[in-house]
Amino acid sequence: MGLLSRKVTCNSHGQDSSYFLGWQEYEKNPYDEVKNPKGIIQMGLAENQLSFDLLESWLAKNPEAASFKRDGQSIFKELALFQDYHGLPAFKKALVDFMSEIRGNKVTFDTNNIVLTAGATSANETLMFCLAEKGDAFLLPTPYYPGFDRDLKWRTGAEIVPIVCSSSNGFKITESALEEAYQEAQRRNLRVKGVLVTNPSNPLGTTMTRTELDLLVNFISDKEIHLISDEIYAGTVFSSPAFISIMEVLKDRKLESSQVWERVHVVYSLSKDLGLPGFRVGAIYSNDPIVVAAATKMSSFGLVSSQTQFLLSAMLSDKKFTKEYLSKNHKRLQKRQNKLVSGLEKAGVSCLESNAGLFCWVDMRHLLSSNTFEAEMELWKRIVYDVKLNISPGSSCHCTEPGWFRVCFANMSEDTLKLAMQRLKSFVSSITINNQSHQELKNTRRKNRNKWVFRLSFQSFHDREQEER
Amino acid sequence: MEFTRNNNRQLLSKVATNNRHGENTPYFEGWKAYDSNPFHPTQNPQGVIQMGLAENQLCFDLIEKWLLENPDASICTAEGIDRFRDIAIFQDYHGLKEFREGVAKLMGRVGGNRVKFDPNRIVMSGGATGANETVMFCLADPGDAFLVPSPYYAAFARDLRWRTGLEIVPVDCKSSNNFRITRAALEEAYEEAQRSNINVKGVIIANPSNPLGTVLDKETMRSLVSFINDKSIHLVCDEIYAATVFGSPRFISVAEIIQDMDCNRDLIHIVYSLSKDMGLPGFRVGIVYSFNDCVMNCARKMSSFGLVSSQTQFLLAAMLNDEEFVGNFLRESSKRLAKRHHVFTKGLERIGISTLKSNAGLFFWMDMRPLLKEQTVQAEIELWRVIINKVKLNVSPGSSFQCSEPGWFRVCFANMDDETVQVALERIREFVHQGKEEDGVSEKSKHWRKQNLRLSFSSSRLYNESLMSPHMISPHSPIPQSPLVRART
Repeated sequence: MGLLSRKVTCNSHGQDSSYFLGWQEYEKNPYDEVKNPKGIIQMGLAENQLSFDLLESWLAKNPEAASFKRDGQSIFKELALFQDYHGLPAFKKALVDFMSEIRGNKVTFDTNNIVLTAGATSANETLMFCLAEKGDAFLLPTPYYPGFDRDLKWRTGAEIVPIVCSSSNGFKITESALEEAYQEAQRRNLRVKGVLVTNPSNPLGTTMTRTELDLLVNFISDKEIHLISDEIYAGTVFSSPAFISIMEVLKDRKLESSQVWERVHVVYSLSKDLGLPGFRVGAIYSNDPIVVAAATKMSSFGLVSSQTQFLLSAMLSDKKFTKEYLSKNHKRLQKRQNKLVSGLEKAGVSCLESNAGLFCWVDMRHLLSSNTFEAEMELWKRIVYDVKLNISPGSSCHCTEPGWFRVCFANMSEDTLKLAMQRLKSFVSSITINNQSHQELKNTRRKNRNKWVFRLSFQSFHDREQEER
Repeated sequence: MEFTRNNNRQLLSKVATNNRHGENTPYFEGWKAYDSNPFHPTQNPQGVIQMGLAENQLCFDLIEKWLLENPDASICTAEGIDRFRDIAIFQDYHGLKEFREGVAKLMGRVGGNRVKFDPNRIVMSGGATGANETVMFCLADPGDAFLVPSPYYAAFARDLRWRTGLEIVPVDCKSSNNFRITRAALEEAYEEAQRSNINVKGVIIANPSNPLGTVLDKETMRSLVSFINDKSIHLVCDEIYAATVFGSPRFISVAEIIQDMDCNRDLIHIVYSLSKDMGLPGFRVGIVYSFNDCVMNCARKMSSFGLVSSQTQFLLAAMLNDEEFVGNFLRESSKRLAKRHHVFTKGLERIGISTLKSNAGLFFWMDMRPLLKEQTVQAEIELWRVIINKVKLNVSPGSSFQCSEPGWFRVCFANMDDETVQVALERIREFVHQGKEEDGVSEKSKHWRKQNLRLSFSSSRLYNESLMSPHMISPHSPIPQSPLVRART
């Protein structure tokens, strides 16, 4: 098809990755408590389904927002016509206040610096169009959200160079990892335009430490590059340590008048905190007026429906509601995460200690047949097809260590989660038994062989034993 | 901070700092004049009347009535709330099935039910703005070009080129044959591009045309299809104004044309939207309908960057699947547009101003060539500034649509109430007569005539006495007086 663009035929949309294949399998055989109890349980979707009742009860008490009315007057016509890319002022105000509230009011946001976009997907792509082009790269700590491959690279032509993080220190960003990534980009002849982090992290579910944030600020200062902080999960922090926004760090370090101030940009969305991914509400917040101006114009390609802006401006302006919502939502997330963690424990599986997000970063390295990504894929396929759980393999998140999986906990009922854990437990037990007997068999074989070799040479017996461990 | 800002500017992309978004053109001067002095019948009767905004404001009452009668179309009302969570979660880029079915039905209906559109080929986008950009991303690479018959929609410069890196090669159409797109013009533009080593990937047209308001005839459509088929390049038809057609000739979708033609369907793509036909630009409903499976699949993946809010999909699914409502709406909308169009064009005729014969769109193409000092773009812009600043009408100069002949202006008529229409006509009449009288008539008699003219207006049969719509504020986005914009809480 030389008739079409290269974008059609390339794979940068990333949708051939296992992340999406698992979804497809789920679609073919989705679990349903009544209609399909043996189906695949979806644990690969980072959705927040725990607090809809709170939203629904607000709607019941606020019928005007639902019916295009304000102070008894119909404003349908104005809304139907409203396509100003500056956004509905009342909505922007409510949104920045909400963002502030989530950050414990330690930072405030200016409505003049916020740009509304169709979801964080659009926000990230738009920022990339503003900050980078073909030949440029952004550095991203691994593991990272699989959708970034599409959002940051596909239509923009930019590249991603990983900042390799390892389990040895809980996947935290280190100075050497940053430097190494920067050098790697140079080696690939790419011009580094910035760093993009997700804080709280997807898929780790952890909030960034102040040390890491300081490190980042120093790094981008030194290299004179941008920092994008995707804070889409900011409102899902359910236990300590408290969430620290990059804006808070800049403020604490009194960097408002510095060169670096205008190179820090935040991405936000209501898809995770409020559980409204269908409504496509994203935002870019930048201290650089040129970026704000350019991004605002670009938002024409993906504005937020005025109907939705109106509804949410009413909802988020209700401060009594937002306070109650955030508090209850946190409690429910914490409770649910605890259930997942203890369920995993009972199955003999541990996970990275986490305090945010809608998922856990689960350690299944001990279940791998070998420390390879092939083994991870093998294991993943068994979990999807045999255990019937759709979880996301670490390789799809560009993790450099095989054996890690992202498992979501907030997109199903408690009963379904329980069932999922039971299935997992059975599976792990069966592997362990198999492994044990397999190991016993291996040991027996080795003993026999070694006896024979021992007759020949003591030295080589030692060598062989080392290899087989 | 200045040094920092300059330094930081180097760190931005070319796209962020170039002017290819097109918003620094004189076109937007008119908007600024309106923004700083917007007309209001009582609060600011001397203000600028907005006639540069192609909005369809004539049928909101019909939609409002439907909404009141169908509370379950909203997921937020007591009647619809049991769907709230499913819809709030729904971000599948295939879109709600019922929504796609409703849109497919509408498109079929608007095409006179001569074609059936497949709901599974319907792909969403962020308005037609998003749809056009997405289609370009799918069909061409940076440096490639599309042929665009002029005059064309001003924002194509942004939508087709800005982030895609594509180029536009205009195909000039002339008033001598009513701006019809000729095979010869297409061939010439294509050859010229080839000679300049420009790789032409396709042709994009708007049918009905913006800014002309005309419907493309069957012959022209067939000629277009044959042209692109011969050259093996794409044809993108932006059919956003399809349902704004009134009277005859009827609208013929490219989908209908290819039914009776031997052509490679992989080359045919339609862009659609609800912003003009239904008057809902705020809801951001754009559609890509491609006959090419690869393009359809790719556009669908790209729709992640501009999905239609599920809340909006749900509402519109209910509305568009109400076939009785849709039938009635389309008929009524056509009638009202026809009436409004008639009032204006007849009114102008009596003043001695001609317009291109048209029967679609939310505007007409006004011929002000006789009023130009000379047939140049400069003179056109001068005249335009007079129209904005003295006559106080924001109309759009032909040069902003890349029209090759100076003196044409696009005038929107569906975005105001009846009284405002009359004020606008009066102002034009005054301006034209003033102009004529300035040729050697004394000050005194000029003044007297002015008085007389003013007196005679109120009884003139030019005035439309219909009580069609309730008193509405002259609109704009943002509407300065709108509670939505004034609200700070």
